[in-house]
Amino acid sequence: MEASAIQKAISDLPKDCRTPLTALLLRLGDDRLILGHRLSEWCGHAPILEEDIALANIALDHIGQSEALLRLAGLVEGNGRSEDDLAFLRDAKDFRCCRMVQLPKGDFAFTILRQFLFSTYSACVWEQMQKSPWLPFAGIAQKSLKEAMYHVRHSQEWTLRLGDGIEESHNRAQEALSSLWPYTAELFRESEGTAELQKAGIACSLSAVIASWRERVEALLKEATLTIPEDDTALFLSNIPTAQHTEHLGHLLAEMQVLPRAHPGAQW
Amino acid sequence: MTAASKENNCKTGETQWDLWEVFTQPKTGAPHEHAGSLHAPDREMALQNARDVYSRRGEAVSIWVVPAREISATLPDDSGPFFEPGNDKVYRHPQFYSVPRGIKL
Repeated sequence: MEASAIQKAISDLPKDCRTPLTALLLRLGDDRLILGHRLSEWCGHAPILEEDIALANIALDHIGQSEALLRLAGLVEGNGRSEDDLAFLRDAKDFRCCRMVQLPKGDFAFTILRQFLFSTYSACVWEQMQKSPWLPFAGIAQKSLKEAMYHVRHSQEWTLRLGDGIEESHNRAQEALSSLWPYTAELFRESEGTAELQKAGIACSLSAVIASWRERVEALLKEATLTIPEDDTALFLSNIPTAQHTEHLGHLLAEMQVLPRAHPGAQW
Repeated sequence: MTAASKENNCKTGETQWDLWEVFTQPKTGAPHEHAGSLHAPDREMALQNARDVYSRRGEAVSIWVVPAREISATLPDDSGPFFEPGNDKVYRHPQFYSVPRGIKL
């Protein structure tokens, strides 16, 4: 979209929507920025060359999505912050990403299971958001959906092969699923101001996609002979305050932000 | 996953997956051309790897993957009997026909 058309769309927004929309865009953007960074840590370390390239591609897709989302967040916020300012000059407490994406990359099974749970969620979210009549957002959703569909395919195929593979791969995949599962509830937590956004028809509520996510995830995990943990510990996490991150986020940001902070405005 | 492919990939002690040859089609209607090769445990993963290795910059609209061992190839020793007899038979080229105007070669 042309910059002028985006500005027009922003000025046409109902007044009470700007703050919640900024929050939603930051949340969606931060999830993808942090997950993209975690995936990029595989670069040069994946089990095989082809997978190294695949994970780096997927990392770049996530960072590309976050760039678009954070840019739009900065414009809607209206304080002149660019996507780079938002990515590199915010402190951990101002990030809105969920805890699942902050966790260290773990072994290959952990990375794949996280990609599967998150990408399936992402595809469900974009399927809904692409219907938004607010075009700057719908445009990002349409482009991101195509990428997410490939990420789902990639992680599904791996989940099947690890889960229904040999004993070692099955055990590792099951362990990854069991440790990730409690973090999934947070994906569907409502952002503040969701009601205003829904009323204005700009965005659906994130909790609305939980049923379709659960259905897809359950079907694939069953095929992969993996078991969802029985005690649904997922619920306890949804009670932790939003801005309380894992201890891993600060370390990740220190590495991700060091260059732009040490050399403000650096170009290459 | 089939028992056979598990057997094939995990229990033989082989550390390398099968080799696959990749053919990409740059645009609809164009022939698929050999792009290179890669390792993958099965067809679906070979397609995914091919997508990531050979078309991540949008080079292809279609991809074929073929197990390298399924390809029959001529040997260097065959080059005499296979190819040389064609070299001195100019009448096998179509240059003795007049080409109607308006036809582009």
